[in-house]
Amino acid sequence: MSVTPYVVLSAILFSIGAVGVLTRRNAIVVFMCVELMLNASNLALVAFARQNGNLDGQIAAFFVMVVAAAEVVVGLAIIMTIFRTRRSASVDDASLLKY
Amino acid sequence: MIAFWILAPLMVIAALGILFVRKAVHAAMLLAVVMLSMAVLYLALEAPFLFAVQIIVYTGAILMLFLFVLMLVGVDASDSVVETIRGQRVLATVFGLLLGVVLVTAISQLTLGDAIGLDAANSGGNIEQLANLLFSKYVFAFETTSALLITAAMGAMVLAHRERLTPRPGQAELAAQRMRDYAASGLHLGPLPSPGVYARHNAVDTPALLPDGTAAESSVSRVLSSRGTVRSAPAMAEDVVVIQQQIGGSAPAGGDNVAAATTEEEGA
Repeated sequence: MSVTPYVVLSAILFSIGAVGVLTRRNAIVVFMCVELMLNASNLALVAFARQNGNLDGQIAAFFVMVVAAAEVVVGLAIIMTIFRTRRSASVDDASLLKY
Repeated sequence: MIAFWILAPLMVIAALGILFVRKAVHAAMLLAVVMLSMAVLYLALEAPFLFAVQIIVYTGAILMLFLFVLMLVGVDASDSVVETIRGQRVLATVFGLLLGVVLVTAISQLTLGDAIGLDAANSGGNIEQLANLLFSKYVFAFETTSALLITAAMGAMVLAHRERLTPRPGQAELAAQRMRDYAASGLHLGPLPSPGVYARHNAVDTPALLPDGTAAESSVSRVLSSRGTVRSAPAMAEDVVVIQQQIGGSAPAGGDNVAAATTEEEGA
């Protein structure tokens, strides 16, 4: 049994996450889409671990989870800080550097 | 493989839902569906440790953190539909589709052959074998992770901390501020008006009516009005005539249901 369907599913989820990051305006939803992309890549890593018969892929997925957890903590804290000063969680409102 | 064919369409639908739902809380719930399904897929891919970690760390911790922040940010959580860059939404969708198509075709062109499977690699237990790898080959990366986690915790603490720059205003200062506002802009001195109280409705979300019949905006919580869940008081009276016909009362000149109730009492 090949793991191709799993990798295809992971590619589809990754593309959906990428579209979400580009189109959604709410910073928290954008963040959720980033998480979706990380999850999709994790699925590919675990699938390839099974394909190749060694556990290195699972270790990589584990590290991705650790980094994702750290990233979410800092990212959400940044969103909270921006919300506190601007009363908005929209990515369009934080555009001060543009001008 | 049965689990995969049941869960894969579910995951794709839930992931597409994240793109289209308006409320961020709904997006979080759909993300939970994707993450839990993915945990089951890990189990199907012979990764029981990652199955547990996915549920505990992703669904348990990260998603709860998302919901926690959503509750704090809350009111402003819905998405605006205004495009700041023209054509960005369409272009992003087109390129996203293109990315998906390219990836899927490239993967389906590959012939991976039969999976070797993890029976040999998992001999003696998946967790034991993962620990063997983690504490030998990947021990440096593992140690580096500790630095990352401490940095993240420090960063979150620094970002969430707020220094109070001015002394906390007490009752005397607040009263003085009220008087100053009254002097400067004529702001009402007393408390805000309470919401309207009507016979058939819980009135927290319904504004009180001013003597001229218009709604008093300040009588409803700011949170409710920015969520768009405020009822209009005149709209509630639209079905009064219908109800009066149902209970057999004649429509009084005032046309409100308080009068209808009194006529019923007189009849009884």
